[in-house]
Amino acid sequence: MKMTDTDHKQKTNSQQEKEQKDYQEFAGKYRPKPKVLINCLKAFLIGGLICDLGQLVQIMYIKWFDFAPDRAGDPTVATLIFLSCLLTGLGIYDEIGQWAGAGSAVPVTGFANSISSAALEHYTEGYVLGVGGNMFKLAGSVIVWGTVSAFVVGVIRTLITMMT
Amino acid sequence: MAKKRIGQQTFSFESGVRVISSAAVGGPKEGEGILHSELDRIYPDNYAGQESWEKAEQKMMEDAVEMAIKKISLSNDQIDIFLAGDLLNQNISASFTARTHQIPLMGMFGACSASMLTLTTGAMMVEAGFCDIAVVAASSHNSTAERQYRYPTEYGGQKPDTAQWTVTGSGAGVLGTKGSGPRVRFATIGKVVDMGLKNPFDMGSAMAPAAVDTIEAHLNDTGNQPHDYDLIVTGDLASVGHPIATDLLADRGYNMGKNFRDCGLMIYREDQQSFAGGSGCASSALVVYSHLIDEMKRGKLSRVMVVATGALMNPVTYQQGESIPCVAHAVTLEMD
Repeated sequence: MKMTDTDHKQKTNSQQEKEQKDYQEFAGKYRPKPKVLINCLKAFLIGGLICDLGQLVQIMYIKWFDFAPDRAGDPTVATLIFLSCLLTGLGIYDEIGQWAGAGSAVPVTGFANSISSAALEHYTEGYVLGVGGNMFKLAGSVIVWGTVSAFVVGVIRTLITMMT
Repeated sequence: MAKKRIGQQTFSFESGVRVISSAAVGGPKEGEGILHSELDRIYPDNYAGQESWEKAEQKMMEDAVEMAIKKISLSNDQIDIFLAGDLLNQNISASFTARTHQIPLMGMFGACSASMLTLTTGAMMVEAGFCDIAVVAASSHNSTAERQYRYPTEYGGQKPDTAQWTVTGSGAGVLGTKGSGPRVRFATIGKVVDMGLKNPFDMGSAMAPAAVDTIEAHLNDTGNQPHDYDLIVTGDLASVGHPIATDLLADRGYNMGKNFRDCGLMIYREDQQSFAGGSGCASSALVVYSHLIDEMKRGKLSRVMVVATGALMNPVTYQQGESIPCVAHAVTLEMD
């Protein structure tokens, strides 16, 4: 049977896909394996330390500044955010982040870093379109999908409570 | 067939176009690295005395061009054409440098392959008789590239070991037929190769097949073998991509041996954090326009092939799930 142009094209496409797949497997052998265990331990250590620091700050607000235990969370978070922004500005937070991975990305300090780093980055483009327009470039996604998932979970919870 | 083309893809330069002068400048990290004593200027910080990183990159290209021209006592009005490329949107480092120097500009984009793309085109223009003297340049800056392609520089996201460190600096060469310096002998413009890789934090694996394709074409067309070269360098394959290229070439019957190296691994010392190695237009530009040309002039190298590799994607394409098309351009330089 004579091969039509389309047949030929399809054949070369599937050949090309196979070549690409083979190469991707081959190249995979040259990549250093991600150090998952070590990274988990580092994340646990730094993430834990950041939380310990938060706990200490909270105790401080309760003991020395007479905050009620259920209200001391607000100044604690504000303090951690301030520290994170300061370290970001001094060019230290990204170095911690490279070492600690999720340990410094997941806590509120990581969120603060994503906002302050974006604000700093776009400072040269002006306060309105630069800083204002870009500071939520990374954090915006967390806010949007955080809100959406909170809404979904809230709806599910309401439905379950109504049924029981 | 075109008179000056040999084989499928290679141009043969017969009239003795040379790199008659060159200069390379780098940031502080590059200054602390292996090229420390060979760079013409090392800036104390990444701002290079400017208000923004974009202006800093532009300043670096301006300085590299100015120094390359002044080294052989020429002035800007004696330069017929300026060919330059960088990584930023609309090639602004090149255009803004040309605004300062007032030399007729042809801006070129080839991502990190810009160094050899501009060198090849400049040499062709001199060879063809359209210009007596052409200046070629390429630049990149770690912070402008991070902003352009990845995250804010101070963002604390963890990068994998396959990531590369964009080199800060610029290299420039002056091409002409009168003067001394390495001859541009052959140049191969590469095809765009895409092996379906999508990870922007692993450019080495994406670019290696493009380098292999161009090296094979260059060797086939010129009839040279790897051992005919004192050195063959790739632009910025780094520690992941370079071994891949070596083994792919071995599969195709080319034993590259010890003289096959990568510019991305010739800039930073091992104790400097650069992940898999250097990348960016400045990776090959810095090594070629400082170290390699100096070594050739000193007589330590007589035939060198430079294969600058480039990943031709932008942040929109990879966020839309497109794979990374890559290209490589090879130039053979010879001392006589």
